[in-house]
Amino acid sequence: MNMARSVEIWVGLFVAAGFAALLGLAMQVSNIPLFQTVDGYDVHLRFNNIGGLRERAPVTMSGVQVGRVKSIELDPRSFDAVVTVTIRRDFNEIPEDTGASIYTSGLLGEQYIALDPGGLDFYLEDGDEITLTQSALVLERLIGRFLTSMGDGGDDD
Amino acid sequence: MTDFFSRIGRSTLGVLARIGRGCLFLWHALVGLPGLILRPGLVVAQIYSIGVLSLIIIVVSGTFVGAVLALQGYNTLVNFGAQDSLGVLVALSLLRELGPVVTALLFAGRAGSALTAEIGLMKTTEQLSSMEMMAVDPMRRVIAPRLLAGFISMPLLAAIFSFLGIMGAYVVGVGALGLDEGPFWGQMQSAVDFRDDVMNGVIKSLVFGFVASWIAVYEGYDAEPTAEGVSRATTRTVVHTSLAVLGLDFVLTALMFG
Repeated sequence: MNMARSVEIWVGLFVAAGFAALLGLAMQVSNIPLFQTVDGYDVHLRFNNIGGLRERAPVTMSGVQVGRVKSIELDPRSFDAVVTVTIRRDFNEIPEDTGASIYTSGLLGEQYIALDPGGLDFYLEDGDEITLTQSALVLERLIGRFLTSMGDGGDDD
Repeated sequence: MTDFFSRIGRSTLGVLARIGRGCLFLWHALVGLPGLILRPGLVVAQIYSIGVLSLIIIVVSGTFVGAVLALQGYNTLVNFGAQDSLGVLVALSLLRELGPVVTALLFAGRAGSALTAEIGLMKTTEQLSSMEMMAVDPMRRVIAPRLLAGFISMPLLAAIFSFLGIMGAYVVGVGALGLDEGPFWGQMQSAVDFRDDVMNGVIKSLVFGFVASWIAVYEGYDAEPTAEGVSRATTRTVVHTSLAVLGLDFVLTALMFG
């Protein structure tokens, strides 16, 4: 009887440790979106080109994260990319004429959206749209432009 | 010449017959599973000998695999100035591949071989037939609890393995190599997805646990009832489980991440 009881205790500890490890993996290693329903408001951003931006990419202002990219869609008429971002409720006094640009963190890092605050006294609200945007730098285009300008320079000489 | 072809034919038929017997055996064992609700003690005792007694090897190898991964990864990443990504490297390789696969291989060596030897010896000493004489179905009494216990233990062991591996990498990376703690966890958290990475790893370990315990109990039940037969069956368990796990891992990876 005593033996059987210690077996049961060990099995219980084992199962608990297994689930604790799984929970640890869920909470500490991957931050599950389940527990991360950000309390905030949605703003739409229009870009000509979003480069390699992905969902759940960070949205920052002065380098501080203020929200995340919620969804990315294509406007079927204007062929603009419409990026919906959720901004945290604490940052509810962002001026309406705020601009947005897509940058890359580091040389080869992830792409993120940086907001550049404007000066108006009207603040962004749920469902508003930011059109003052700067698209992502696409390396191939940059090189293409550089090569054409080099070619032009060569003609002038 | 005919000898040659008859030998090929015989071995092919032998393999097919073994696979067929294995599937029938699995079916009978699965039919025996619902009856276990009435006797959970049988399963608990098996989880003890399969899961709890495998903990030491899983804990030690998990920690050291993570630590070595951190050391090796650091030496390569530091050349590109990307040592902050060490956490991502370790977490993804452990969660997606090493956790489930290495745990399954250790499981085959530690628990699978013991299962086969135990059941094979029961058969050799005619304990299984004497159970049948007493109208106790060995499928329900012996096989089903072991199958279920392996199926339950394996994902838990794999989760413990991955978690301790990441902890080992943390100790080496942040403690010994002097990386900063912030990017180590931060980059890991933004790169690892719960459903795509953690859950797919769990699914893998469920599949491996099922296959590993199936092979182990089947080889034991199908063993030739001699000392030599049991030893051959034990070897076959380890070899076949390892091959099946590595093959299935490729298929699952292609399905999940391909």
